[in-house]
Amino acid sequence: MRATGIRTTNRTKLIIHALLIVGAVLMMIPFVWMLLTSFKSLTESTHVPPVIIPKSFNFDNYTKAMVSLPFKTFYFNTIVTTAAKTIGQLFFCSLAAYAFARLSFPGRNIMFILCLSVLMVPGQVFIIPQYMIMKQLGWIDSLQALIVPGLFSVFGTFLLRQFFMTIPRELEEAAKLDGCRYFGIYWRVIIPLAKPGLVALAIFTILWSWNDLLWPIIVNTSMEKMPLSAGLAYLQGEHFTNFPVLMAGSILAVWPMILMFLFFQRYFIEGIALTGTKQ
Amino acid sequence: MQIEADVRARQMMKRKISPMKTQEWLWGYIFVAPLILGIAVFYMWPVIQTFYFSFTEWGAFNKYSWSGLKNYERLLQDKVLWSAFRNTLVFVVWSVPLTVIFSIIAAALLNQKVKGLTIYRTLYFLPVVTMPAAVSIVWKWLYNGDYGFINYILSFVNIKGPTWLSDPKFALYAVIVVAVWMAIGNNMIILLSGLQGISSSYYEAAELDGAGPFYKFFNITLPLLTPTIFFVMVMQLISAFQMFDLIFMMIGDKSIAIESAQTVVFIFYKYAFLDNAKGYASTIAIVLLVVILIITAIQMRLQKKWVHYE
Repeated sequence: MRATGIRTTNRTKLIIHALLIVGAVLMMIPFVWMLLTSFKSLTESTHVPPVIIPKSFNFDNYTKAMVSLPFKTFYFNTIVTTAAKTIGQLFFCSLAAYAFARLSFPGRNIMFILCLSVLMVPGQVFIIPQYMIMKQLGWIDSLQALIVPGLFSVFGTFLLRQFFMTIPRELEEAAKLDGCRYFGIYWRVIIPLAKPGLVALAIFTILWSWNDLLWPIIVNTSMEKMPLSAGLAYLQGEHFTNFPVLMAGSILAVWPMILMFLFFQRYFIEGIALTGTKQ
Repeated sequence: MQIEADVRARQMMKRKISPMKTQEWLWGYIFVAPLILGIAVFYMWPVIQTFYFSFTEWGAFNKYSWSGLKNYERLLQDKVLWSAFRNTLVFVVWSVPLTVIFSIIAAALLNQKVKGLTIYRTLYFLPVVTMPAAVSIVWKWLYNGDYGFINYILSFVNIKGPTWLSDPKFALYAVIVVAVWMAIGNNMIILLSGLQGISSSYYEAAELDGAGPFYKFFNITLPLLTPTIFFVMVMQLISAFQMFDLIFMMIGDKSIAIESAQTVVFIFYKYAFLDNAKGYASTIAIVLLVVILIITAIQMRLQKKWVHYE
């Protein structure tokens, strides 16, 4: 009895692994193809049947991409925008989330519900007026245009509020006895205890900011103020058929997020699981 | 005496509380003020403005004038827009179920305490962190009619693959495949954490009754996972209705396949920022908002029928 039991579990394990491996291969093919193509020469890339492994691995296509477009500027714009949005959201959202979770004041619930209703609205409804505001401020083609509307997030506030609610109140009472007032409690008690929530919000903000395409192509059309995503769209227009150069450009745009994910994987997974459970 | 002292103490407390209360109010307002101000300026006011713009007509230099219901009349007769709505619906109807089903399968397989869980999880999640603009470029190359990897594989089974992305019959479906590929990792993680929340006592009881793995999956796992599945579906549906990046990057305005693949948000972008018809584009945005609200409301209604809350 026992022997057959083990055999069937072994067989099921094998089937499970087989399925998972097929899935993993399907997930990885585009990445492998991107990397391999980025090293191919133009003739290799249009060879029939396809050349799988390029003859020589050199960085010609990367230099070509960097020469035809100002990638350094793109990196600078993307990093500054992402950093500013992340810091802004962490600060503004956590302050408001603390007030919504812990302080009572007239109008609190109405304000919170009004904020939540924004979550239901698709982004396109905001975009034209946001664009008009940028235009009136003279911010078209500037980093402010990329940053300022993204400093405030209802999603972030909601996420953090839900997280703050799980922190036991006794800890605040102790801090109150030690003479901490509102800002002190927020800064010394809530923020240190809410690190997983804050990290989750930071990761989402970084990811969305880095990868966003629609807003940047609307407000910033000059190359000096483009982030990487818009730069890639531009590169595609320039090198329409030179896929090795396009692949090199894509790799240049995606490696920082992939690297960040590999290093901080645990936080990514926990953060995403958090959004699923804190409905 | 004792009572009197008590009352006096309580009165003193009350007098003490009220300045503390107002202080709490004050700090509450100070803490929410920056966020509320930002949300009001960049999100709440724009909703009202877009609603207003939907009744206006735009001319040169972003000057606009009231045009009553003209945009809504135009919308009813706009065949291109209706085809965009149909494309969006096709996109939603295929991409959402496929994403959810594959995510459930992946999560269920990963939940079997297999070796190498972290490696699989990492590989499945990579598309989620990869910029859609870059993903589009790679897939465009994979789909290429002459030199693409996909047609190369098909040639082994003697199929001459089409020029996927510029073929009106295939373009939208080709994009759907990419959208599903991109979304599985994210949903899988949420579902996996839902699976891990299911108490093992259910399974132990079923095992005592001699239940097999399929019986357990369909009679324990799936029903108990329905709240998470519901959440994932609602989120996926909302984002599928707003598909833009992939269409913009993979197919683009100049392709001959764009008519049969453009989504509502793509057409919104085109009207608002390429054709400077911001009034009409606002009308489209408002209609999209209404559609999403209705579908979400229907889902909330239907959930009572199939979602099991413990």
